[in-house]
Amino acid sequence: MKLALHYREIEGKSTGFWVLLGGLGLLIGLAMGSVLHMEHAGHHVTGMNNQIVWGLPHVFAIFLIVAASGALNVASIGTVFGKSLYKPLARLSGLLAIALLLGGLIVLVLDLGHPDRLIIAMTYYNFKSIFAWNIILYNGFLALTIVYIWFMMERKMNRYYRTAGFFAFIWRLVLTTGTGSIFGFLVARETYDAALLAPMFVIMSFSFGLAAFILVLMAAYNWTQRPLGDLILFRLKNLLGVFVASVLYFVVVYHLTNLYATEHHDVERFILLEGGIFTGLFWIVQIGLGSLLPLAMLYHPTIGKSRPAIATAAALVIIGGFAQLYVLLIGGQAYPLEMFPGYEVSSSFFDGVIGSYSPSIWEIALGVGGVAISLLIVIIAIRVLRFLPETLEDEVVDPHAAKAS
Amino acid sequence: MSNDVSNQMNTSRRNFLTKAGTTAGAAVVAPGVFLTTPAAAKPADEPVDIERRWGILIDTAKCDDCSDCVTACKIENGWGSANPVEEESSPEQQAQWIRKVGLKNKSTGHVLSLPLMCQHCETAPCVDVCPTGASFKRADGIVLVDKHICIGCRYCMMACPYKARSFIHETITDQKPWAPRGKGTVESCTMCVHRVDEGKIPACVEACKADNHNAMFFGDLNDENSVISQELEKHGGEQVRADLELNTGVRYRGI
Amino acid sequence: MRHPTVMRTVLRTLLAMLLALPLAAFGGEALPFSELSMSEPQRQFSETQECVQPEEEMRRNHMEYILHQRDETVHKGIRTRVYALEECINCHATRVEETGEYVRADDPRHFCAACHTYASVKIDCFQCHADVPVRESTLNTGNNSVPKDEIHGLAAELQQMLAAEGKP
Repeated sequence: MKLALHYREIEGKSTGFWVLLGGLGLLIGLAMGSVLHMEHAGHHVTGMNNQIVWGLPHVFAIFLIVAASGALNVASIGTVFGKSLYKPLARLSGLLAIALLLGGLIVLVLDLGHPDRLIIAMTYYNFKSIFAWNIILYNGFLALTIVYIWFMMERKMNRYYRTAGFFAFIWRLVLTTGTGSIFGFLVARETYDAALLAPMFVIMSFSFGLAAFILVLMAAYNWTQRPLGDLILFRLKNLLGVFVASVLYFVVVYHLTNLYATEHHDVERFILLEGGIFTGLFWIVQIGLGSLLPLAMLYHPTIGKSRPAIATAAALVIIGGFAQLYVLLIGGQAYPLEMFPGYEVSSSFFDGVIGSYSPSIWEIALGVGGVAISLLIVIIAIRVLRFLPETLEDEVVDPHAAKAS
Repeated sequence: MSNDVSNQMNTSRRNFLTKAGTTAGAAVVAPGVFLTTPAAAKPADEPVDIERRWGILIDTAKCDDCSDCVTACKIENGWGSANPVEEESSPEQQAQWIRKVGLKNKSTGHVLSLPLMCQHCETAPCVDVCPTGASFKRADGIVLVDKHICIGCRYCMMACPYKARSFIHETITDQKPWAPRGKGTVESCTMCVHRVDEGKIPACVEACKADNHNAMFFGDLNDENSVISQELEKHGGEQVRADLELNTGVRYRGI
Repeated sequence: MRHPTVMRTVLRTLLAMLLALPLAAFGGEALPFSELSMSEPQRQFSETQECVQPEEEMRRNHMEYILHQRDETVHKGIRTRVYALEECINCHATRVEETGEYVRADDPRHFCAACHTYASVKIDCFQCHADVPVRESTLNTGNNSVPKDEIHGLAAELQQMLAAEGKP
C-alpha cells in the first residue's frame, strides 16, 4: 500500500495564512471592544429590552453550541458506528466541536449582565435549573472531547479511543437535548413550550454541525493544497442532505402540532403570516434559502457534484440555521404573552404588543467575534498539532472502494 | 381562571394555621378594620418561617383608571419616573415593578383595569430556571432576586408568565437603602419585603387604601382569620394563568 | 568546579533581595495602610468601643460581617441593624467640608473607597446599594442600649465561624 494515512500540521507560512489570522484577530478585537462598551454602559446600548431579553448574541451563542455537538458527529460515525471512511476526519471533527463550543460559550458569558460574576455561576448551583445543568454539560463535553482527541492522537492510548468516542457521543446527545430544553421547558411562552424542541435541537445540531464541518474541511484542504477526494466529500454532502431534510421534517411537525391546537393559532399566524421580519426570515431564508435550495443543490445529479455548489449549499444551511434560531428565539419573545384570554390588553409595559428588536452594532460584533474565536482555535490547532491527514484522496480514505470504482 | 384559593392551599399548613389563627386572637373584627393590619411584626433577629404565606387580593370591581399603587411603588422603591434614574434606557428598557393593565373583553366590550406585578407563585418558574439560585422564594412565600448572586442571564424573564421582571440596562445611583437595585441584574416586585418584615403592608396596598379605593387586600393566606383569607373564602379569587397551576400569592377578583 | 557555589551565592542574594523588597518599599516598619488618610466616623458605637466590633477586627474582617448579614437579611428576613451596610454608611459617610455634601463611592475620599482604591480591591456593593446616608440611623449608639442579644448573637456566631476558618 503506497498511500498510507498520515497526519501532519499545516505549514502556516503563507501570506494568506497570516492575513486570515490577522483578520480573525481583528474581529475578535472588535468583539472585545464591544463587550467592554456594553458592560461599562450597560445593556441600554444594545437592542435588547425587557420584551426581547435574549437578542442576537444568544442567536450566535446557541447556533455555535448546537453546531458544536453536531460537528462531533463525523467522528462518532467513524468511531461509534464503525464506518472506516469517516475515521481520518475524526480528529478535525473533535477539534471543530471544541472550537465551536468555546466560541459559543464565550459569547453567551460575555452577554451576561454580570460577566464579572462568572465565578458565581461556577460556585452557586441551582440543580433544578436547566441552565445550571448545561454549564455542567458544556464542561463535560469539552473534557470528554479533549480526552477523545488525545486518545486518538496518542498511540499508547489508542486502544481506548473507541470507549472515549462512545461516551462523547452519548454526552453530545444529552448536551443538545439540554440546550433544546432551555426553551422546551419554558411553559410561559407559547412558541417554546414543546417537548419536541429537544429532539429538534438534536437534529438541527446534526445539520448545522455537518455544514460547518464541510466548509472548514473544504477550506482547509483547498487553501493548503492538500488533496480531498470525491469519495469522502460526496458521502458528507449526501449526509448533509439527509440532515437538512430531517430538520425540515421536524419544523413541519412542530408547526402542524401548533396549528392543530386552536389556542396556538394566533402565534402561528404571527410567525407564518403576519410577523414581518420573522415571517420573511422563516419562509425566504430558513425554508427557501436554508433548506429547499441546498437540498436541491446537494441532490442534483450534476450540480451536486460541483465543489463550489457543495460549499455554497453548506453555507446556505448555516445561514438558514441562523434564521431558524432568530425566528425561534427573537420571534418567540416578540409575540406577547397571553395572560388574559379573550381580552384586548394594553399597558405602559408593552403588554399585548409585538416586541420590537433591532440588533445594535455591539451585539453583531460580539456574535461575529464568537465565530472568529472558533475559527481561530481551529486554525491554530491544525497549525501546531497533527489534526489533518496529508491527503484525503479516495485511495487513502477507502482503498477498496477506490479500486472498485 | 377559576381556582379558588381555598382549594389549593396546602392542607398541612392550613391545619397548622387553624391553631395559629386562634392565637392571633382578635382577628374576628369587621373586615375594614383589618385592611391595613397584618399580623404583628416579627422581631428583627428572627428569620421568616413557613407559618405565614403573604398574599395580595385585588378586587378589579373597585379598581378604576387610578394608578396610585404604581406611583406609591415607584416612590417607595425608587424606580421609574419618580426618580432621576434610568435616563439612558428606552421606555422598552426601563424597569417596571408594577403596572396598570387595561383589559377589554373582545366579545362583550367589558372594560376593566388592574395592577399587575410579580404574582409570588408557590411553584415559581423563575425560581426553577435560575442557574445560581439568585431567584428564590422566601419561607413566607415572597419571591425575590438575590442581586448579589444574580449574573444577569435573564432566563427568569424568559420563564415568567407574567412579564413581571425587568433587567436593569444602565448604571443606577441614589437607590433607596431598603430597595437596592443595580446595573446588570434582574428585579421585580418584592411585595415590599422590607416593610412586611417590619409589620407594615406593601406600599401599593397602603396607597390604594389611603385613597379609599380599597381594591387591594394584603395579608396572610395561611391564616384563615385574616381578612384576605376570609375575603377569598367568601367571594373567591382567581389566578392569572391558573392553567399553569402556580398557586400564585396574588389573586384577582372579577377577571 | 567552583561554579555551583558561585551560583548558589548569587541565587541566595537574589532571593534575599526579593524578600526584602516589600520592606524596602514601605520603609521597614510602616505598613501600607498607615499612609492612608481615612475619614472619622460620625459616632462611636459605645463608650468603650469605636465600631460595632473592635477596630482591628473590623479592618480585617468587615467583609465577613457584611456578607453574613447580607445572606441573613435577603434570604431569611433578619433585619438587625448592627451589621447592616446601611448603618456602616450612616456612620462612615464623609462630607465635603466646603459644601457639606456627602462624597460618593467613586470619590477616593469616600470611607470605603479610600482603602479599597489604595488596596486595589474592587467593591461591588455600590452598584446596587446607596453610598450615602438616606434616612436616620435606627442603630442605638453612644451608650450600651443596643440590645445585647442583637450584637452578641450574631457576633458570637460569626466569631465562631471565623475561628473555624482559622482567621483571627
